[in-house]
Amino acid sequence: MAKVPVQFTLNGSEKAEFVESGTTLLHALRDKIGDTSPKGGCHQGTCGACSVIIDGELRLSCLTLAETCNGTDIKTTAGLAEGGVLHPLQRAFLDAFATQCGFCTPGMIMAAKVLLDRTPNPSREEVIEALSGNICRCTGYEPIIQAVLTAARANSQNAA
Amino acid sequence: MAIRRGRGVAAINYPTGMNLGGDPTQALVHSTPTGNFTVTLSSVDLGQGMKQIMAQICAETIGVPTDRVIIDTADTDTGPHCMGTFASRGTHRAGNAVIQAAKEARQVMLEVAAEELEVNASDLETDGEGNIQVKGAPQKSISIFDVALSAHFKRGRSISGRGMFLIPRSYPEKETGAMKPSTCYAHACTVAEVEVDDETGEVTVLTVKNIFEIGRALNPKMVEQQLVGGSWMGISHALYETTEPYYPNRDHGGTDFNQYLMPGPGDLAETEIIVLERPSADGPFGAKGPGEMCANPQIPAVANAVFDAVGVRIDTLPITPERILRALKAQAAS
Ligand code: FES
Ligand code: FES
Repeated sequence: MAKVPVQFTLNGSEKAEFVESGTTLLHALRDKIGDTSPKGGCHQGTCGACSVIIDGELRLSCLTLAETCNGTDIKTTAGLAEGGVLHPLQRAFLDAFATQCGFCTPGMIMAAKVLLDRTPNPSREEVIEALSGNICRCTGYEPIIQAVLTAARANSQNAA
Repeated sequence: MAIRRGRGVAAINYPTGMNLGGDPTQALVHSTPTGNFTVTLSSVDLGQGMKQIMAQICAETIGVPTDRVIIDTADTDTGPHCMGTFASRGTHRAGNAVIQAAKEARQVMLEVAAEELEVNASDLETDGEGNIQVKGAPQKSISIFDVALSAHFKRGRSISGRGMFLIPRSYPEKETGAMKPSTCYAHACTVAEVEVDDETGEVTVLTVKNIFEIGRALNPKMVEQQLVGGSWMGISHALYETTEPYYPNRDHGGTDFNQYLMPGPGDLAETEIIVLERPSADGPFGAKGPGEMCANPQIPAVANAVFDAVGVRIDTLPITPERILRALKAQAAS
């Protein structure tokens, strides 16, 4: 099959790759570019583990074709820490023991980030709504909900 | 037709690890040239936190900070034998093996330090911060870093140890069938409160209160994390999850994640966890390990609560609306 060129910004740096037509963004990120932070759970849009942020929107990278991402701005959990300092969401997930096997964690953090970018002080119900497309097998969700609420509080304190 | 409330209780006695086959776990510990300690295991960290717990156990036994320990797991081709990370046996079995291996390594470490300091090894102690000192005269000390360098490059010693934990296989008594499948038992009790809609058969779990007796909690926050997740998982088993809804008929079985039902973040019951620590006699530092038990008592507690609410006993899992409605219909007919 013919290869197609794709170019996008990933966590602030320019990426260019040739991919087979039909390659998912998840596959391109993990196996071509080497960003393994998005996880492949179900590969059919039901688990949320592969979530990334494309032009500010939460997207399932397993259902997104790489070739449709030309010129976009993509963010993944791997790009959140700045200069070795964890993003408030990452910090809050650690502090709340909101991760066990960790497989759902990058997707949860992406979903939470889009929520907090739009709604800096979400209610518990808004957090639940935002995470409802992401499955976690291990934690029972409560520690994750608490982590997102804590990160929101930390953000608003910094802003104040 | 109404929403009916019920409350159910269940208590369990849970073996952490089975030894029906005489299942061993072995561990190897060795120091690197700079005085870090590697624990090699074939046991697996699958999210339950085995690496952290084994690092704590090794560090405590050798007398170094936890961050000086590296856990190398899960190459079952090359690692020391482990029967497997199952039956809630990781902390108890692998932990005991790590203690034995770490004790042997500690002894070699103290012997090398004794040669360097020109004292008896039995007069030495660790300060827990990476140094070895003479008991009662802490000014006479040497860092474990220097001890490891000496062992490797000067004295030709390997600071290492071997560990093994095996409870001999238990055979059933011919007459009675009695046997001893485990040496270590954890306990738990759950009270669940539910609402059952007797028109739709839908069950809502309002609260779950769990109390767990797990020996010593080696890492209390990780214990809590596993118990919170496990409690949710128990409810999920009780009410939702199955790959074989009409077993043994496969016709309506799920084929992928789309058709496998699990509660999401919006379906959480109010959950309470209480931990009782009663150190076990043969566990590492008194631990039993919570293991799979964390997801067990909720299931009979929910089944009992459903009975309390609507008077039908559902003895097949999961307790689906369909099963409740069929049971209610049978009850009304009889
Ligand atoms: S891998 Fe994309 S939603 Fe599961
Ligand atoms: S931490 Fe294991 S799936 Fe969420």
